[in-house]
Amino acid sequence: MAQRTTEIIVGLFMIAGCAALLFLALQVSGLSPKSAESTYTIYANFNDTGGLTPRGRVSMAGVTVGTIESISLNKETFQARVEMSIHSDVDNIPSDSSAVIRTSGLLGEQYIDISIGAEMDSLKEGDTFYSTQSAMNLERLISNFASGR
Amino acid sequence: MIERIAAFGRLGLDIVSSFGRSGRFLAGVLGGVPRPATGFPLLLKQLYAVGVLSLAIIVVSGLFIGMVLGLQGYTILSDYGSEAAIGQMIALTLVRELGPVVTALLFAGRAGSALTAEIGLMKATEQLSSMEMMGVDPLRRVIAPRLWAGFIAMPVLAVIFSVVGIWGGMLVGVDWLGVFEGSFWGNMQSSVDFVDDVLNGVIKSIVFGFVCAWIAVYQGYDCVPTSAGISSATTKTVVYSSLAVLGLDFVLTAVMFGDF
Repeated sequence: MAQRTTEIIVGLFMIAGCAALLFLALQVSGLSPKSAESTYTIYANFNDTGGLTPRGRVSMAGVTVGTIESISLNKETFQARVEMSIHSDVDNIPSDSSAVIRTSGLLGEQYIDISIGAEMDSLKEGDTFYSTQSAMNLERLISNFASGR
Repeated sequence: MIERIAAFGRLGLDIVSSFGRSGRFLAGVLGGVPRPATGFPLLLKQLYAVGVLSLAIIVVSGLFIGMVLGLQGYTILSDYGSEAAIGQMIALTLVRELGPVVTALLFAGRAGSALTAEIGLMKATEQLSSMEMMGVDPLRRVIAPRLWAGFIAMPVLAVIFSVVGIWGGMLVGVDWLGVFEGSFWGNMQSSVDFVDDVLNGVIKSIVFGFVCAWIAVYQGYDCVPTSAGISSATTKTVVYSSLAVLGLDFVLTAVMFGDF
């Protein structure tokens, strides 16, 4: 086969490979070019985080507005301290909003839902949620129910 | 009795010396400074033989494996009422595991055996030694382009395999079994991570490509220059490549996805 034809076919082959990688990046893994969005950090203290994990989502009214960065134990209060980064364009979360841990579906992963308060001030970088609601523990719920308390 | 022990010892020495020879061989191939002017056309020709001609088997098997994953996944997931998770199941299986591994196995069978037979015949007909007589280094002229071609073609083939497989899974899942297309892609996108899943899969396929090409060219170069020798070298290429790929896959998976 002529050298030129080989060159063209191999070139097409490499282009097909790059296109396939691009497809995996954009369509399959949902990588969007503006993933390096600017965020700000807020905190919440929970008595029980249940199965919450870092990289989980933070949502408001069902819309994802941020991600969970880290979960650590506060050694003085024995509470879990959750650090979450919220997209900067959502900068008007009322300061008396509460953070609630919910489960998506019956067996789905857990996420933080922000239920909106009424205050005019909004949460800023480094602030902590005033009120939180811990993860619903199915076992505790059932044992409370069974023992009639 | 002593004879048996001696035979066992000889076997061990043979294995170790063969590892040593293959290492020196690899160093000889990669150590030479590549000359772009003469090396590039040779590489291109091998990329055509190793990569482009393997495309058909890769695409067809990728399509069918994706379709089977779609069918099997749908049957299992519909028991739990979560057919929509079929997208992430297909994508994660293909991108992390089946893409690199099955491509490498097919590659060893399709391209690796051909490389071994070709180089083995060159050796048997003394083309390699006559090259040396003419002052052409066969490692650089014959072996290096084939090794590099395998190394480059393998990740490209694996990525194409994954994409075709996902498309096949979509054909079965969405078009045939009626999973909602939005949740098919949406679930997939929310669970597949580009760096953790896609790039780790690509790294796997690069490693497999390197190992398969190395085994293939070494077996060809090291074979006994008879027709029986060539045939046993070709068999060894396929067997050793498959074993190496499956073993390395476990190690790489443990390193990439294991929690330790």
